[in-house]
Amino acid sequence: MKRRPVLGAIAALSVLTIGLSACSSGGEKAGASSTSTDPNKKVTLTLATFNEFGYEDLIKEYMAAHPNVTIEHKKAATSNEARDNMNTRLAAGSGLADIEAIEVDWLPELLQYPDKFVDLNSSDVKDRWLPWKAKQATTADGKLIGYGTDIGPEAICYRSDLFAKAGLPTDRAEVAKMLGTTWDSYFEAGRAFAKKSDVPWMESSGAIFQAMVNQVQNAYEKDDGTVIATENPEVRKLYDTVLQASTDGLSAHLAQWSDDWTGSFQRDGFATMVCPGWMLGVIEGNAANVKGWDIADTFPGGGGNWGGSFLTVPAQSKNPAEAKALAAWLTAPEQQIKAFKAKGTFPSQVAALASPELAAVVNPFFNNAPTGTILANRAKAVTVVPFKGVKYSGINDAIQKAISRVDIDKTDDAAASWEKFVKDVEALG
Amino acid sequence: MSGHAVGERVEPERSALRQRLSALDTKISPYLYISPFFILFFLVGLFPLVYTFWVSMHNWNLIGGKGKFVGFDNYTHVLKQEQFWTGLRNTFSIFLLSGVTQTLAALILAALLNQNIRAKTFWRMGVLLPYVVAPVAVGVIFSKMFADQSGLINSLLGAIGIDPITWHASVLPSHIAIATMVNFRWTGYVTLIFLAAMQAIPREVYEAAMLDGASRMRQFVSITIPMLRPTIIFVIITATIGGLQIFDEPRVFDQTGQGGADRQWMTITMYIYELGWGSQKSFGRAAAVSWILFLIIILVGILNFLLTRRIASSDSRRSRKKAKA
Repeated sequence: MKRRPVLGAIAALSVLTIGLSACSSGGEKAGASSTSTDPNKKVTLTLATFNEFGYEDLIKEYMAAHPNVTIEHKKAATSNEARDNMNTRLAAGSGLADIEAIEVDWLPELLQYPDKFVDLNSSDVKDRWLPWKAKQATTADGKLIGYGTDIGPEAICYRSDLFAKAGLPTDRAEVAKMLGTTWDSYFEAGRAFAKKSDVPWMESSGAIFQAMVNQVQNAYEKDDGTVIATENPEVRKLYDTVLQASTDGLSAHLAQWSDDWTGSFQRDGFATMVCPGWMLGVIEGNAANVKGWDIADTFPGGGGNWGGSFLTVPAQSKNPAEAKALAAWLTAPEQQIKAFKAKGTFPSQVAALASPELAAVVNPFFNNAPTGTILANRAKAVTVVPFKGVKYSGINDAIQKAISRVDIDKTDDAAASWEKFVKDVEALG
Repeated sequence: MSGHAVGERVEPERSALRQRLSALDTKISPYLYISPFFILFFLVGLFPLVYTFWVSMHNWNLIGGKGKFVGFDNYTHVLKQEQFWTGLRNTFSIFLLSGVTQTLAALILAALLNQNIRAKTFWRMGVLLPYVVAPVAVGVIFSKMFADQSGLINSLLGAIGIDPITWHASVLPSHIAIATMVNFRWTGYVTLIFLAAMQAIPREVYEAAMLDGASRMRQFVSITIPMLRPTIIFVIITATIGGLQIFDEPRVFDQTGQGGADRQWMTITMYIYELGWGSQKSFGRAAAVSWILFLIIILVGILNFLLTRRIASSDSRRSRKKAKA
C-alpha cells in the first residue's frame, strides 16, 4: 500500500490493462442523478485527476446531458505531482479544483482535516461501495470525504511453469488450495517449493509484510492515536515471520520498482507475488514473452487491498453542490464500468462488481484466467480496514526500511534492524 | 493687482520649496536608484530567510499550518536525531567526492582544450553537452547502470573478474555512484569557466617561459594554475554552495527517493524534504534543518574566504620579498 513511488505509479495506472475482449459498449444511458440546484445556472467545474482515470468520454457525456455545465479536466502526470499540488493548495486555502482525485495512501493525513472537504454523504450513494472502501474515506464521526473510484483487490500471481518443474500443482484451483488461506500455509508451500527449486518463492518481503499488516485492525496505533507499533507483539511476530522466510531462502531480495526488480521478471527472478488488480498490467509489461504466469483465486490471511482512489470536493470549491453531483455521477456503477473498459480501473461499487460485463473479462496473458471474477471475489473477501492515524505512514515507512535492511541491503540482522526501527519511530514524536 | 502682489510674495516661497525638493532629491534619489536591488533582495532573499526562522520556532504542519510557539525545540529535536548526522556525513562525503574530482578533471580538460587542436568548437561544445541533460534524466540512466544485480557497471566488473559492488547497500559505493552523476553533469560546465580564464592569460608569458626552456608541465604548474587562482576560488565557492545542497541526484538514485533503507546516501536537503513533505509533514522541523544547513554553508564559506585570503597574502608577501631582494 505504501511503496508506490513515481515510476511505479505511472506504470501501475497507465499500463493497467486487464484484457478486455468481450465488450461492445452498451447503449448510451445517461444515468442522470437528481441535482438539487438550479438546472439552468451556467457553471464551470474543474476536475483534477492523475495518471488515467478513464474519464475523457464520460466528461463529454455529462456535458451533453447537462448543457449548463462546462467541465475542465486537469490531468497530472503522476500521483506524487498531484499530491504535492494538493497539499500546498489545501494549506494555502485556494487554487484547488472543484473535484480533486486522491489516492487511498493520502487519506490518513487528509482525514485529520475533514473541515477542508465537503461532506459527501447522501442517501443517493448509500451502500454504493463495498463497505471497506467507503470506510476508508470516512472520519470517526461519520463524515464521508471521498467517493470511491477504483480499488486494488489482491490475489496471488504465480509462475505455473516453475511450479511444474518443482513438482507442484499448476492448475489455478489446485494452486489456490495448496497456497491455502493462511500465511502459514503460504510459507509452507514456499518451503516445499524451495526444496525442489533454486528460484526464490516470494518477490518482495516488504510487499508480503504490507499485505500481512493490513489485515491487522490496530497494528501501529490505537484508535485514540497512541503509538503501539514498537511494543505490539503482533507486529513483531509478522516482522519475524517474514524475515525468517527470507533467511530460509524464500525471498528474492528485491526492492519493488527498483531496476533489479523490473529486470528480474525476465530472469525467473521469483515464483509468486502479491498482485492487486492493477499489478496484472505491470507484470504483463515487465514479463513480456515470459510464458507461464497465472493467478490464483485466494489470498492468505483473508482479503487484501492495495491502492485505489477517491474523488473529493474541497471545501474551498465555489460550486460544491454541482461538484458533488458530478462526482456522484462519475463514481456511479454504470460510469465506473465504462471507465474500467476504457482504462482498466477496477470498480469499487457493489453493483459494478456483480455486473456481467466484469464477469466476462478474461486475461490471455494469465493463461486466460477469468480475472474479472477472481478480482471481484478478492474484493469481497476484504474484511479489515486497518486504523491509520497521524503517524501511520511514518511508522510504515520505518518498518519497511527495517525489513529492507535485513532482506535486501543485508546491513543488519533482524534484531539490530528492529532497534533502528524503534529509534525511527521515536524520531517521529 | 492682488494677483500680482500675491505672485510677488509667492516667488521666494516657491523657490524655497524648490530648494527643499532639490535638497531632498540629492539626499533621497541615490537611495531610490539603488532601491530595486534592496527591494528584490528583501522580497526574495531576506524575507524567506527570516520567515523560515519564524516557521522553525513553531509546530507547523504542511496542511494544518501554524501551531503553537515552541522556541528552539525543533532545533534540539533534529540535532538529537541520528538521521540528521548521517545526512551531514553523506552530504560532506558526496560533496568532497564530487567537488575535488570535478575541479581537477575540469582543470586538465580545460588545459587540453586550450591547446591548438582541430575542431576546437566541436570539442568545447562536446564537454558542455552533459550539462544540457536534465539531472533527473541523468539520474534515471545512471541508476540503471548502477543497479546492484543487473547493472551495466557490475556486468563489466564481472567480465574482468571483479565481484559485483553493492552500489545501493553500502555507503561509500553509493556515494561514488552519486558523485559520478554529479561529475558527469558539472565537469563540462566548470571546464568552460576554466577555459575562458585560461584564454585571458597573456601569450607573452608562455612565450617567455618557452624561451627559458620551461616544459609544458612546468608552464601549466607555474603559469596557468597561479594565474587561474581567482577563477579556482570562484569555482570552489560555488561548488561548495551547490554541493552542500545536493538533492536531485541522490533523490533519484533509487525508487523511493529516501536515501536508502539505512540512509546510506540521504543528504541534508533530502532530510529537509522528508521532514516537511514526507510522513511527518512538519515544516517547523524542516525549517530548523534548513537554518542549520544555512549556518553550515556560511561557516564553510568563511573557511573558504580565510583560505583565499591566506593564499593571496602569501602571494603578495612573496612578491614583496622579491622586490626587496
